[in-house]
Amino acid sequence: MHCGMCLPTCPTYDATKRERNSPRGRISLMRAIADGTLDVTAEFADEMSYCLGCLACQTACPAGVNYSMLFETARGDIERQHAHRGAARAFWRWLTLDVLFSKPRTLRMTGRLMGFYQRSGVEAFVRRAGLTRLLPGTLRRLEPQAPRMARAFSNQLIARREVPRGETRYRVAVLTGCIQDLVFPDINRDTVDVLLANGCAVDTPATQPCCGSIHAHNGLLERAGDQARRLIDLVPPDTYDAIITNAGGCGSHLRHYSDLLGDDPQYRDAARTWDAKLRDVHEWLVEIGSRAPGAAPFDRAISLTYHDSCHLVHGQKVSAQPRALLRQLPGVTVVELMESTWCCGSAGVYALTQPDQAGALLRRKVGHIDATGAQLVATANPGCHLQIARGLGDAGLRIDVAHPISLLASAYRREGDGQARR
Amino acid sequence: MRSLSAPIVEALVSIVGSHAVLTRAEDLVPYSFDGTATLNERPSAVVFPQTTEQVVRCVQLAATHGTPIVTRGSGTGLSGGSVPTPGCVVLCLTQMDAILAVDPRNLTLRAQPGAITQRIDDAAARHGLFYPPDPGSLRISTIGGNVAENSGGLRGLKYGVTRDYVMALEVVLADGRLVRLGSSCVKDVAGYSLKDLFIGSEGTLGVITEVLLKLVPRPAARRTMLALFDRIEDAADTVSAIVAARIIPCTLEFLDRVTAGCVEDYAHVGLPTDCAAVLLMETDGHPAAVADEASQMESIARAHRARDVRTARDDAEALQLAGARRNAFAALARRRPTTILEDVTVPRSELAGMVTFIAETAAAEALQIGTFGHMGDGNLHPTFLTDERNQDEMRRVHRALDAIVKKTLELGGTITGEHGIGLGKKPWLRQQMGDASFELMKQVKQALDPHRLLNPGKIFD
Repeated sequence: MHCGMCLPTCPTYDATKRERNSPRGRISLMRAIADGTLDVTAEFADEMSYCLGCLACQTACPAGVNYSMLFETARGDIERQHAHRGAARAFWRWLTLDVLFSKPRTLRMTGRLMGFYQRSGVEAFVRRAGLTRLLPGTLRRLEPQAPRMARAFSNQLIARREVPRGETRYRVAVLTGCIQDLVFPDINRDTVDVLLANGCAVDTPATQPCCGSIHAHNGLLERAGDQARRLIDLVPPDTYDAIITNAGGCGSHLRHYSDLLGDDPQYRDAARTWDAKLRDVHEWLVEIGSRAPGAAPFDRAISLTYHDSCHLVHGQKVSAQPRALLRQLPGVTVVELMESTWCCGSAGVYALTQPDQAGALLRRKVGHIDATGAQLVATANPGCHLQIARGLGDAGLRIDVAHPISLLASAYRREGDGQARR
Repeated sequence: MRSLSAPIVEALVSIVGSHAVLTRAEDLVPYSFDGTATLNERPSAVVFPQTTEQVVRCVQLAATHGTPIVTRGSGTGLSGGSVPTPGCVVLCLTQMDAILAVDPRNLTLRAQPGAITQRIDDAAARHGLFYPPDPGSLRISTIGGNVAENSGGLRGLKYGVTRDYVMALEVVLADGRLVRLGSSCVKDVAGYSLKDLFIGSEGTLGVITEVLLKLVPRPAARRTMLALFDRIEDAADTVSAIVAARIIPCTLEFLDRVTAGCVEDYAHVGLPTDCAAVLLMETDGHPAAVADEASQMESIARAHRARDVRTARDDAEALQLAGARRNAFAALARRRPTTILEDVTVPRSELAGMVTFIAETAAAEALQIGTFGHMGDGNLHPTFLTDERNQDEMRRVHRALDAIVKKTLELGGTITGEHGIGLGKKPWLRQQMGDASFELMKQVKQALDPHRLLNPGKIFD
């Protein structure tokens, strides 16, 4: 099937109007390679890097083509055949995929060092002295975009087991993520608080391996399988009513473990149970009929808008639930965002590998956010969160970014204050 | 694949610029097909002209070197009309996509051929006007492609097809001459209506570089309903009865059980999947007329044993239902690897018989067919859900196709209502037209494109 219904939803096709930059075109290249009429070339590798992997095409596809799987398989082929060029690229892949995102303790240690670098004044000195000019190109681009590391990570904010004050209705586990853990551990704390407020006993293992999303996305499917096994061992799905994720990018990968481990007789069944229990936090809250907060999240009434993380709306088909939770908030007016399901350009490491296209998408997104007149934009993925915050800052706009669950947590916390009660 | 000689590539680059000429394999593979199943041919180059002047020069260059040209828009055609011919240059007009003017006093809209159909209606809507033709692919199809294929859509019953909205065309002929055909006058009988020759000519007679379209006032109200039936014949009889009651609704769309199931899998709009036929009925116009027609249509459906008739709550739900229906063809691809779509059309009075015949043929050949279509227009899309790798099954598909075409022609119908002949329907065209009119058509082609440069091998050999 190649009807072309995906074309108008593809941000890269929209930018160039060229078929090869569209889902239909990319699939035709994959098919030509499978049929033996085209080789896995550097051009093909470039094309697959140009794809955001936003999966808007998957929502649009009437025929139900699983682009996500085709995309990851193609990136895998590219890696196996070494179609990508450059030693620098190999080094960065090794550092991120083999070291940082495979060893959670090393990742946290690196996060701690970076936090020290950022706060101690060393960073300020380096920048003042112009020493960043000495960095190689990729790192020079990366340096100002590096997110601010949190002072305390999730394991310092959340106990391994926390139980609600009243009756325990459900037993759940919370996955803390990698970037979420280093940069936004407060969102993990908020997630646990909101779950507690809704009768969930929450287990949060202190040191969690990466879910493998970044490995799968970059063509390392075997490594992704290993990460999945580690996480299943750590969080046995049989034990819980639900396994909760609050990051759109992770969730989209996390709910397809049976695709990765389908051929592994030892883990096949656990992976199936895992997939059945995996829930995005908004999805879970709506499913269990979460309690509407009795207080507003802020002192003053505000208007806010919502940006759909690609992997939440397209990858997980979760878009009504976050909106429903936001509409429950007292003192909050929700304004719809034009093109809310259009990628913001963050897309994992895309902002680093394809800075021009990422920048264009970010400016488009910021323009739409500005047009809503909202004081805050809610979004549920750390990549989008960082990207949009940077875009708003660059544009000189004073609009905050927050995870919907943080707003909900804030509203619950303020219930006791007696103020802003309704 | 034949590659183009270096001087021709250089000449193309000198006309449109190097960024607008593609010759690498990775760029060409994605232009080897359109929306039609199983047809594939790699072009030798793809060119993106930005102006009419550039189109003229590209055609002149191709004429000088005898290089065939296949013009294309977004490549959503369903008969292979824009599939490349061997060795051709694809002239892709998607970058000539400006909507040049909306004239509310004359109720017209002028656009370049690459303008997206949906955008044309959006532009009209900003002036309270309406461009009714709505092919299934309207979110991405181009107006140039619509005109070249004379596309239909869901609103054909009341509003007609693309041809009914084309007032004038600018066309580049095979020898590079530029002609303007038609005018912005409501009445115009000066000479032959040459513009009509190019509408539906599938890119075989000229390259359309500008269109002038007729707009109509946007209807003030609309009501969308779903009627559910346990027998397909009851749905067909309902359609006949509505028309006999002198009601012309804007849409009377039919989906059989298989199609409704696939569409529901995709769109989750609440289509029932357990009844033999679903009729999507829509009436639009003055609010009072809409209310009256809707209630009459509902009673007629109930009188013909409709199990239930539901009305869309609001505009959003109505749009959702119509949008889901537009994706019926692609949604059918959920069941099997290959979907072969037919476009047979019969006089409305013969519809019930045709629907029954299709079901019997599928059963006799042990094939899976999903049927949907514009029941109000007598235009059906029986779609074979099959697998092109299974040779035995494909033989049965072709036998069934032959039988369906034969029956269509017996009933006074046509092999294609809105998709065109392209490559897919070529084998049956002479049979339908008869020798004399088939030869007449070839004479027209001979007169306008004697060297067979424009989309050769389409419609006929």
